[in-house]
Amino acid sequence: MTGTVDPTIINLVVFVLAVFVGYHVIWNVTPALHTPLMSVTNAISSVIIVGAILAAGPAEIDFGSVMGAVAVALAAINVAGGFLVTRRMLEMFKKKKQA
Amino acid sequence: MSANVIALCYLVASVCFILALKGLSHPETARRGNAFGIAGMTLAVLTTLSVVLHGRIDLILAAMLIGGAIGAVAARRVQMTQMPELVAAMHSLVGLAAVLIAVAVVDNPAAFGMSASLPAGARFELFIGTFVGALTFSGSVIAFGKLAGLGKQFRLFSSAPVTFPGQHMVNLVLALAMLGFGVAFFMSPDKAWTPFLVMTAIAFVLGVLIIIPIGGADMPVVISMLNSYSGWAAAGIGFSLNNTMLIIAGSLVGSSGAILSYIMCKAMNRSFFSVILGGFGAEEGTATAHAGEKTHRSGSADDAAFLMGNAESVIIVPGYGLAVARAQHAVKELAAKLTEKGVTVRYAIHPVAGRMPGHMNVLLAEAEVPYDQVLEMDEINSDFGATDVVLVLGANDVVNPLAHEKGSPIYGMPILDVAKARTVLVNKRSMASGYAGLDNPLFYMERTMMVFGDAKKVVEDIVKALD
Repeated sequence: MTGTVDPTIINLVVFVLAVFVGYHVIWNVTPALHTPLMSVTNAISSVIIVGAILAAGPAEIDFGSVMGAVAVALAAINVAGGFLVTRRMLEMFKKKKQA
Repeated sequence: MSANVIALCYLVASVCFILALKGLSHPETARRGNAFGIAGMTLAVLTTLSVVLHGRIDLILAAMLIGGAIGAVAARRVQMTQMPELVAAMHSLVGLAAVLIAVAVVDNPAAFGMSASLPAGARFELFIGTFVGALTFSGSVIAFGKLAGLGKQFRLFSSAPVTFPGQHMVNLVLALAMLGFGVAFFMSPDKAWTPFLVMTAIAFVLGVLIIIPIGGADMPVVISMLNSYSGWAAAGIGFSLNNTMLIIAGSLVGSSGAILSYIMCKAMNRSFFSVILGGFGAEEGTATAHAGEKTHRSGSADDAAFLMGNAESVIIVPGYGLAVARAQHAVKELAAKLTEKGVTVRYAIHPVAGRMPGHMNVLLAEAEVPYDQVLEMDEINSDFGATDVVLVLGANDVVNPLAHEKGSPIYGMPILDVAKARTVLVNKRSMASGYAGLDNPLFYMERTMMVFGDAKKVVEDIVKALD
């Protein structure tokens, strides 16, 4: 056994561990908050915006970077919309003061 | 920044995302969780911006600003009853963004630090990320149309299942063709636009075909499934870009959606595949199994007010009808009035009530109903027997006692046992059967009184009558 580990294998390790973490964290989410869970996971999956930024990055504008810029805009809608709407919903779940 | 520092920043961001989800275990910690999510996202974006600092940062910032503004306005304007549509729309954007990024990678691998000929492993991962992204996009667009009730404008958006002969065969052939072109893309020595684009196009069509046969009340499963897909699409892109943060975030979301789909399927006692294969509620005939001359008793809002006003305990069971009528504020007013009279009021939520997981909880929270009065099915089911009055608002299948009868199509589905209460008030618009096309024996019980009409109107009338 010699040589370095292929990055894809490292990715796979990370992937499998992350699925386990996700599995355990999500089962603890209270059913009352399942809608905020969907909106916040939506915002989190929009972290693909980092891929879009890289695609839009090159100094010369070409087909690929235009695609990237459009993807940045789409993902940004989700990032802002997802977190803000989650916050709006969670505000409603604040403990009500007994009048 | 060196590659190591960048990777460490991404690690911190990943941990923030995990904490964001962990916070949702309780309403008290949830807002802090959301703040962690925002912090993680900010760090991730800033770190990535530092990488492209010498490129077209103006273009990127402009795109972020436009997108961010649209998202912020949408988040502010959306009605709580429209939340399922909003979530579906956002899923579609994740899917489309994933596809566009994959296109950009194929066009210019150098921008991502890859060799111009695209390594074979990267091509395989791109294939996965692209087709899942495309499926997510077009599937979510259809789900959005169904949830927004656009069926009249465009038939594919019909909330009734859209089926045609040989549907499953067509889907299978298309799926195989998509795989075939995916393999062709994988095998080709360099940039292979044709197989890549054909594969993507087929995936778009498949997304439409997979969602159209699924009916309205199965939407909680569909929307959870698309949530899951959007996560896997992000993870797939993470693999092709060798970005562990993307992989972690994507897998968190992917497993979240998968677990939600599982919970929803279980709450309907249906297998995931039977939901996905669709067409449920389209067949008729089973509904008449119990037919015969049956009579139901109907009453007015005044009668309902009298019964509830004199009760000691009342449980309110909201369903999709409440969301359609936007009756949540009226219900809260009713509860307040009853509490004033010394009646104990609680709410019982079935996991698939409404059109998405947790839909009813959010509506009640919007109306400022304290969350400790809102109970899940397992918490409250044993209390119905000791309850004076149950008010069912626009729910049907989730309270259908046929679920306890062997041989009925919904046998085994966990339901709210409202039939055990001393008196059951059911608000519906008419005697029409529910989504499953089944008659509901609950309506014909001697202890049941039907109150027909729009949920909001009826509840408001009850409130007036209580004065």
